Amino acid sequence: MPGRHPHAWTRGREHEHPPVVSEQRAHFEYVRAGKRRDGRAGSGIAGSGIMSADRSFRHRLAERGVDRTLLLLLPGVLFLVLLFCYPFAYGLGLSFQPQKGGGPFANYVTFFTDPYLRGTVWITFKLGLPAALVNVIASVPVALRTRGSFRGKRLMTILLVVPVTLGTVLTAEGLLSYLGPNGWFNKVLTALHIVDRPVALVHNYWGVLASLLITGFPFAYLLTLSYLTGIDPTLERAAATLGAGWWQRFRRVTLPLLAPGLAITFCLSFVLAFSVFPSAQLVGDPRGSTHVISIEAYHAAFQQYDYSMGSAIAMVMAALMLVVVALVLAWRATFYRGATGGKG
Amino acid sequence: MGASGFEALRLDRITRRFGDQVALRELDLTIRGGEFVALLGPSGCGKSTALNCLAGLLPLSGGSIWLDERRIDTVPPERRGFGMVFQNYALFPHLSVRANIAFGLAMHRVPKAEAKRRVEDVIRLVQLTEHAHKHPAQLSGGQQQRVAIARAIVLEPPLVLMDEPLSNLDAKLRLEMRTEIRRLHQRLDLTTVYVTHDQEEALSMADRLVVLRDGEVQQVGTPEEVYAEPVNRYVAGFMGYRNMLAFGVESCAGGEVTLAAGSARLTGVNRDGVRGGTAVAAIRPEDVGVVEADAANRVPVTVEVVEYHGREQAVQARLQGGEELHFRTTRRLAPGDQVDVGAPPERVLVFGTDDAGTGGEGRAVAPDARTTPARVDSGAGA
Repeated sequence: MPGRHPHAWTRGREHEHPPVVSEQRAHFEYVRAGKRRDGRAGSGIAGSGIMSADRSFRHRLAERGVDRTLLLLLPGVLFLVLLFCYPFAYGLGLSFQPQKGGGPFANYVTFFTDPYLRGTVWITFKLGLPAALVNVIASVPVALRTRGSFRGKRLMTILLVVPVTLGTVLTAEGLLSYLGPNGWFNKVLTALHIVDRPVALVHNYWGVLASLLITGFPFAYLLTLSYLTGIDPTLERAAATLGAGWWQRFRRVTLPLLAPGLAITFCLSFVLAFSVFPSAQLVGDPRGSTHVISIEAYHAAFQQYDYSMGSAIAMVMAALMLVVVALVLAWRATFYRGATGGKG
Repeated sequence: MGASGFEALRLDRITRRFGDQVALRELDLTIRGGEFVALLGPSGCGKSTALNCLAGLLPLSGGSIWLDERRIDTVPPERRGFGMVFQNYALFPHLSVRANIAFGLAMHRVPKAEAKRRVEDVIRLVQLTEHAHKHPAQLSGGQQQRVAIARAIVLEPPLVLMDEPLSNLDAKLRLEMRTEIRRLHQRLDLTTVYVTHDQEEALSMADRLVVLRDGEVQQVGTPEEVYAEPVNRYVAGFMGYRNMLAFGVESCAGGEVTLAAGSARLTGVNRDGVRGGTAVAAIRPEDVGVVEADAANRVPVTVEVVEYHGREQAVQARLQGGEELHFRTTRRLAPGDQVDVGAPPERVLVFGTDDAGTGGEGRAVAPDARTTPARVDSGAGA
């Protein structure tokens, strides 16, 4: 396992994760905002004591949605420029200035020609795709069951959301002791004579996957639940009176209306899982079978001190995520995406 | 018996509770095949609960539902096979008009060719041919309403349930759709249970009315019966008897009661077995008019508010004792005018003062206690 240098750790987070993650978020927000843009309230808040010519100019601006409420966007724009656009552009530029020379694309050539480096892409997909898929699929029945109000709903929501608050590191530490060779899980299995000796569940692929599922599920669940509560429940009742059993109601009514939301949920879950770093580092396989792309970026930048290479790997990572997200969104564009009749 | 394919749908003391609250108490009702029954009452009276229980969307807390000899209250909604039209239409937003209507046929595995024919037939019936390819969001409220009806009737269900289907439409469209629903009902000989809070709607469409209050049946009868002979103050109030005047009883003779309205005397039909004490005279504003000196039930009033309604005017006036009185007149009146008004004694209904819904002899749930029993299970209007 690479040494955990507190200083390097902090810098690694600043330089790699926020740009990539926030870029994806910005992209989603843009996509989601797109369908609501028509509903934007371009309320003209014009000052009272201004000249009439000035007022009519303000009026015209207000009709186009330019008024003082635009100032509300300022913190967001500042945040985006300072903490995303600039670091991203800086990293992009850096990736084209290889420290070892060989032209602007040398880093990228190295990454894709070296089988070990190239392999990290496959390893990351092998973790990220199943984790996102399982989380999204698992969130649907849970969300279906918990959408109404029932006794103990709050407690259940808290239990489901707690893993988010714990953070990946604590989850990883917990997994290490719980699923480890001397952990409770293996102790129970051996005591019940289900297995002869402890099953290896940490420091390998399964450990990382488990960690991704635990930390990713609450996100997927909360998103799915919000999409589901936006669907008018009388639609299912109508389907029932028309002869649809529970499976047909889900398959023919709820699922088609939920699908666009599930696509977004999948994208966000995937991006979270794809940029896995702490759990791959902590519960992962020290011999390299869970050597994901983010670890490699960290490795290049802060252990080999090749910032340029580290940036290049981060850019590859961003591009890969974008490709997956674009594919999913393109597929989503073929779904019905209009109103779902509910309160959402 | 019509095309509905059954003799009678029998609700046997059906009860529905939500927690401690009784939304529907022991509703007994027999609906004949082909009949149009309206459940009428204000919001919270249990009419929608009754409809949902019929559809199978709400389980019963007690009682049973019988379709001829078959008990159906334990059958889930998808196998009950009743058509339902929801208040917000509940059209599937992701499906075209045609696919919405075909949904039920697909669920019942009707062969493709036949399903297609039936969908096109019903689209023509509700006059949506040129909109059949559209999605619900592209339709107006009235068109959506027709899709909802088409979707419910394409399965040729034994019973169509309508839950305030016109309440989301504007006034003009509401009148048109009212006629439309009535036309479909007559043409297809559907059995329809129609929930509404609009007495005019219920009176104009239904063969039989069921007036509900707080989950209990107040009166069952034909529109004429309920309109002309409300069994209690509550039904009277709901049927447009806007004037409810409480006075002391002066005398009772035969079927008539005379009340002392200050210096004036008010004689009306004894509807509640009133023998003394205080009683309430229920009079429609349309039945009160300005009268000459020798007319019956002559009462002097002072005009307070005059509303212009075209052919006539709606007037709010006050009796000498301070009671409010609403009436209609073609006479030009102005606030402050002193006039004599009156109503024919046969149009004045006198009820006991104990609240119709909280117990006492004015209660309507015991049919035999009334002068004109509207037997709850009679099916008289069919």
